[in-house]
Amino acid sequence: MAVLRHSAAFPFLLLLVLLICIPALASGVGLNDGGGGLEEEGEQFSEELFLKPLPDRKVLAHFHFQSTAPPSAANGRHHHLFPKAIAQLVRKFRIKDLELSFTQGRWNYESWGGSDPISSTNAKPPGVELWALFDLPVMEIDATWKDLTHALSGLFCASINFLESSTSYFAPSWAFRSNVSNLRYGALPREAVCTENLTPWLKLLPCRDKAGLASLLDRPSIYKGYYHSQRLQLTSTKSTGMVLKQTLTVVLKPDVQRNSAHSSLDNSIQPSWSVSSMFKKNVTGLCVPAKTSRIFFELETNMVVELEKLGYGDSWSNSIFDLSPNPVRVFKESNPLPGRSNSIIYEYINYSEHEPLDLGMKWKLPFIWSCSQSPFHASRFLMGSGNERGSIAISLQSTESNKEFLAKSHGCTVQVLIFQVVPWYVKVYYHTLQVFIDGKPQSASDVIEKIQVSPSEDKLFPGTLELMLRYPCSVQSVALTLDFDKGFLHIDEYPPDANQGFDIPSALVTFPNFHSSRSYVEDNLSINSPLLLKFQEKNVVRSYTEALLVPLTTPDFSMPYNVITFTCTVLALYFGSLLNVLRRRVGEEERLLNSKGNTTRIRLIPLLLSKFSSKLKGRTDGTPKSSSLLGSKFLFILVVVLAVLWHYIAN
Amino acid sequence: MALKDAIKRKQREEISGGGGGGGVGTLRENDGGKEFEVDLSFVGTTTLSSSSGSQPPLRVELPPPRTPVSLAPRTPAGPPPPPSSPAASGAPPPRLSSQFASRGGLDGILPPRAASIMAAEAGDGKPQPGRRPRSRLIVRLGALLVAHSVLVSVVCCIAGSVAFLLLPVLAKNTYVSENALMPGSANPMFSSQDVVEANRFLKEILDRGSAKVTGTEIAKLIGQHVVDVGAELYYHKFHPHGNQFHPLHFFSSITNTMEMQHNSSCTLFGLNSVGIIRAPRGDGKEAIVLVTPYNSQNIGQSEALSLGLAFSIFSLLSRVTWLAKDIVWLAADSRYGEYTAVDSWLKDYHNPLFLSNSGKIGTGVCFEENILHLLDQLKVKGPRYNIFKRAGTMAAALVFKVIEKKEKEERDSLTIYAEASNGQMPNLDLINIVHYLAVHRQGLRVKIGSMHSLLKAAWLKFVGEMLQLFGKLTKHLNPKWKFDITSAEYVEGTATLASSIYYQALGVPTGSHGAFRDYQVDAITLDLSPRFSLNNENNRSAFLLRGGRLIEGVIHSVNNLLEKFHQSFFLYFLTAPHKFVSVGVYMIPFALLIAPLPIVSAALFSANDNLGNSTEKVNQEPGCIGSSDMELCSGSWKWLQAAKVVFMIHLWAIIMSFLPYMLSQFPLMTPIMLLLVWAALSICILLIFYLIFGACSTHCGWELLKSVMIAAASTGLSLMSIINFSTAQIGAMLIVPMCLLVQPLRKQMQAGVCRKAVLVICNLTLAVVGFPPVALLIAKGVCEGFGKADVGTFWELAQLLWSWNSATYLYLLWIHLPCWVLCLHILLYPCIGRSSKA
Repeated sequence: MAVLRHSAAFPFLLLLVLLICIPALASGVGLNDGGGGLEEEGEQFSEELFLKPLPDRKVLAHFHFQSTAPPSAANGRHHHLFPKAIAQLVRKFRIKDLELSFTQGRWNYESWGGSDPISSTNAKPPGVELWALFDLPVMEIDATWKDLTHALSGLFCASINFLESSTSYFAPSWAFRSNVSNLRYGALPREAVCTENLTPWLKLLPCRDKAGLASLLDRPSIYKGYYHSQRLQLTSTKSTGMVLKQTLTVVLKPDVQRNSAHSSLDNSIQPSWSVSSMFKKNVTGLCVPAKTSRIFFELETNMVVELEKLGYGDSWSNSIFDLSPNPVRVFKESNPLPGRSNSIIYEYINYSEHEPLDLGMKWKLPFIWSCSQSPFHASRFLMGSGNERGSIAISLQSTESNKEFLAKSHGCTVQVLIFQVVPWYVKVYYHTLQVFIDGKPQSASDVIEKIQVSPSEDKLFPGTLELMLRYPCSVQSVALTLDFDKGFLHIDEYPPDANQGFDIPSALVTFPNFHSSRSYVEDNLSINSPLLLKFQEKNVVRSYTEALLVPLTTPDFSMPYNVITFTCTVLALYFGSLLNVLRRRVGEEERLLNSKGNTTRIRLIPLLLSKFSSKLKGRTDGTPKSSSLLGSKFLFILVVVLAVLWHYIAN
Repeated sequence: MALKDAIKRKQREEISGGGGGGGVGTLRENDGGKEFEVDLSFVGTTTLSSSSGSQPPLRVELPPPRTPVSLAPRTPAGPPPPPSSPAASGAPPPRLSSQFASRGGLDGILPPRAASIMAAEAGDGKPQPGRRPRSRLIVRLGALLVAHSVLVSVVCCIAGSVAFLLLPVLAKNTYVSENALMPGSANPMFSSQDVVEANRFLKEILDRGSAKVTGTEIAKLIGQHVVDVGAELYYHKFHPHGNQFHPLHFFSSITNTMEMQHNSSCTLFGLNSVGIIRAPRGDGKEAIVLVTPYNSQNIGQSEALSLGLAFSIFSLLSRVTWLAKDIVWLAADSRYGEYTAVDSWLKDYHNPLFLSNSGKIGTGVCFEENILHLLDQLKVKGPRYNIFKRAGTMAAALVFKVIEKKEKEERDSLTIYAEASNGQMPNLDLINIVHYLAVHRQGLRVKIGSMHSLLKAAWLKFVGEMLQLFGKLTKHLNPKWKFDITSAEYVEGTATLASSIYYQALGVPTGSHGAFRDYQVDAITLDLSPRFSLNNENNRSAFLLRGGRLIEGVIHSVNNLLEKFHQSFFLYFLTAPHKFVSVGVYMIPFALLIAPLPIVSAALFSANDNLGNSTEKVNQEPGCIGSSDMELCSGSWKWLQAAKVVFMIHLWAIIMSFLPYMLSQFPLMTPIMLLLVWAALSICILLIFYLIFGACSTHCGWELLKSVMIAAASTGLSLMSIINFSTAQIGAMLIVPMCLLVQPLRKQMQAGVCRKAVLVICNLTLAVVGFPPVALLIAKGVCEGFGKADVGTFWELAQLLWSWNSATYLYLLWIHLPCWVLCLHILLYPCIGRSSKA
């Protein structure tokens, strides 16, 4: 794309050379806009990187790439910057909203934060999660969803097409997003995420990973991290056109030079890091089509509070740490409560072609802070053992930050929304729902404000539970339990690794009372960064629970032959003899024999055998000699023939 | 009901003159649905060799049916019998017909084999020359077996015993079956730096341990280190539950923890420290558990060393990048026993109690203040260390300890314990990887438990030498046959096998790994013992390096696992760390041992029945058949009398098995007293049973009684072999000879002197050995050394078996004891029975 555009912009090359000396934020887009005129509010692309030190010696890096395309069809089906594949998706499937995330690892809500914008919008469950909102009549949605999963599966080299079967997706009615009927939600907790998913994702960027901030994405270093979530969010409206947000959230651990001499000090000081040391790469050059290319560095609220306690304000260079290049701008979060400090964001702009922007943080003294946590820490686990039944428990534990929120929100009840999808082979008995608040059982009607259950149907639909709890803020712990029976799968429904167990996708816990929006002291007009604008959106605090592994009964696939033959033999013997005993009528047999005897029709072989045996015993009975002679001759010949045959076969 | 109807109808028809096939025909038309009733007459017509086997096959010629019946209405209902079936011909002679009619109902229930034998006897008229009547091959085979039951049982028993002794020879080498495990494919990362860390930790523990004995010091230390490493930490507080009888929990996995915690007092508690490493990029669905038990009250050097080793491995694992499963390190406070600590942690992991008066982990009223106090004491920075955290489904668990041994060996050694409750074993692959890594990577000597008393047994050595000789001989014959096993190997294999069987049969886990097996988690205990004293710094470091690399390797292998352990065996005996006998092989001796039981039972039954029928009219036992009971005792209903006796004895045994729980409700009684009360009560109840129901017990002949008893014993043994094979195997070796040989003493007296002596001695020995307490004592003595044997030990043993939910307890009291009582009953049988006159 970019190459094309450059060739198209050839007549303006002279102008470009003249203007190159102007130190401006302007990238190639801006310059071209000057020539194009019409593209003033045309397609735009911006790239941003958000960095934040985490309390447990790790660093959060959040890449945000945003492409927009105007609604007007001035260019027909062609786009300058916006990826055509995505535009076609939107057009074909009439997508209003879509979010696709590939995640590896778990977001640690306790030490990486639970209530800031990053964690409430970018922390995703492990595996693949996809939801889409269609601008279609309800009848057509399911078919469109199936097509969409296949299209995305091809686009991102992932097995998203497994979401096509009706057992794996669901239409949440209100717990996921408020009151929409044309939303479909599906999750694949087991999907492995790797570079094959990242490469097509990078392909959607105008500069891929060849220039700009995306050039930092060195595969070994980003996949070595603790959390890796690659996300694609698409919104399309009549008024604003298409907006594609591609984000990549990684949590990395900076390398520590283990120095045995100062091990005790080394252990307590946070490791120093820089962008180049973390990613093992530098920002190489500018991505020319990008309108903005910036790096933000955030000191989170609690960190600033701690710093202020020590007497260091918002300085980026103090006796505790140093930020190596000086920031271009400083954003301070505006404080709803006076007298309290809030998070600070430093802005760096990547404008130089030759001098890489190597943001670094150097720690000098040990420093401890805690992150902002969601009001309740949600965890989910399985109870019971054995292959027959079990229970799912969701427990909510009050956290420290709950008290802060309590101070903010004056109402004395907390609302919690729980959205839980359970595959059909885990047969949940929803009537067994029990709620314990601070260790005391509560009747459901006291606590549950709203509940919607759609029970699973075998091999057709998953079961879902949408639940709204409301309880006093002073509650310390809430626990919900649901009993289930483990179902049986048909033998060909088992996956190849059936003995691993079966996954229950993560539940989503939302706190509608709590929002994770930020507002900055600078007036909104001057903030033209899409990332910061996104931070200012009013998002509810949400957190995902762990995925669960349910061991189901599995047949022994390794020896079906043995099992089948053995069982069949036993069954045949048993039923054969039983049937024989049951349906034998000796009286009739006797009569039959008698009648046969009367007509002297005796079959040959029994006759021969009886003759032979009687001969052996030296007895003679009434039969004529000649026939017995004949029989013995015949038998002799038979034996000889058999012997010859046997000899022949054996050799 | 249906049967009775059929019998009545049949009688009616026969009276009205519809004989043989005609009667069948009418019945069929009357009642088309109940087809099996129709077949009642076949029993009277099938001909077989008699039980003695001496008589030639019988031929019965029949008069033609009196009323010709057209076959037309019957044929559509069912296809005519296959022409190939050489069915017997012959309707009963008229004089026997009424007898058949009365017996018909019973014969319908009986297996065709027994019925046909009776029929053979019944048809014992004049053999007439003519067509050769034949029955089905399988029936004839069965009859043949029954006829030669003595021979069959002797052959089977001997073959079973020989096969059992041959098990060590038939053992195969183990192999890693699951390819994903790849043991030893990665280089160990455990380095000397980790050893330094372990040593440092060890020193800190020993300093603290000697300074203060509050019990929480070490937990605090562990907590600090775990947090420093960057792992999650919490403390799990538990109350020990006493080792006492509680209501039946057999076969129920979920036990009510609530009830137990009510009993426990607040002051008694243990504190487990648990660290969890969340695997980077892992999805947190599975976890590997490491357990190091330590005594928080009195920590020794070896325990401190195992903690140090565990911590150094834990801190290594927190740095590695290859983890796919979470790692849980449980430093179990073994103040109240290792098993208790691990078990209560697992219980709270899998079945937490939300319902409580306070807090998350329900532990009673005193929980809150205690834990607050405790956390004050601990003073580890960080939030919420009392909240139970979980890490998904457990893939495997390793319990490891450092044990300093008295005797010195040439290499560091590793002892593997694997037996869990009720003879359950972990997957063989887990043992395989440990063995592979220990032997081929770390050069450790791997041992598993063996019965030391057997190692010196002379007879075993003799058997071993004979086998060696035999092996050489077969090698001469055919070099491909591989029976070569040296005598020493054989003796060692047998001793190991014996201990394997003994511990499986006892049903009591050999370590805290047993707690995991109850939740379907594969777990083993590893006891590492150093070659030299641990005080030597260099030796200790070398030992730590080996142990650390071994455990790291095992974790690495299990971490590679995609599916849970399922590839390899779950049912096996080990004869050496690298040799095993699989279920397909060890089933054979048991099957051989148990096979004669049904045959002998059938033989006894049929013999008795034949004799009864033939001699019924002629001579009556004056002592045995009362005039009032004549009707009941005569005919085929007689076996019900015997069954009643057997049932009564079993009922008695079941009542006895519940008595200990009731007795244990009375406090302040010594085990001896309890046992004596139990014994007295049981004898009383037995006597009462005798008085009430025993009136008829002598009327029915001991053969029938023995037959029913053997049938019950064989059923019980087969059931037990499914629940706990080893118990069934040992039980079969005791019960089967006892059951087969038992005869009334008075009858034995009639035999020749030599035979009499042998019989009496055999019977008496078996009766003594078969007594469950004696059997238990012998088994225990052989395995663990006799030591001091007290009457109270039986009570304690019973208590132990009960408290571990061991099915062996049920076996002993529900199957073994009644069988033994019945055997005694037969031994002391007052009248010899009719068979003596035969």
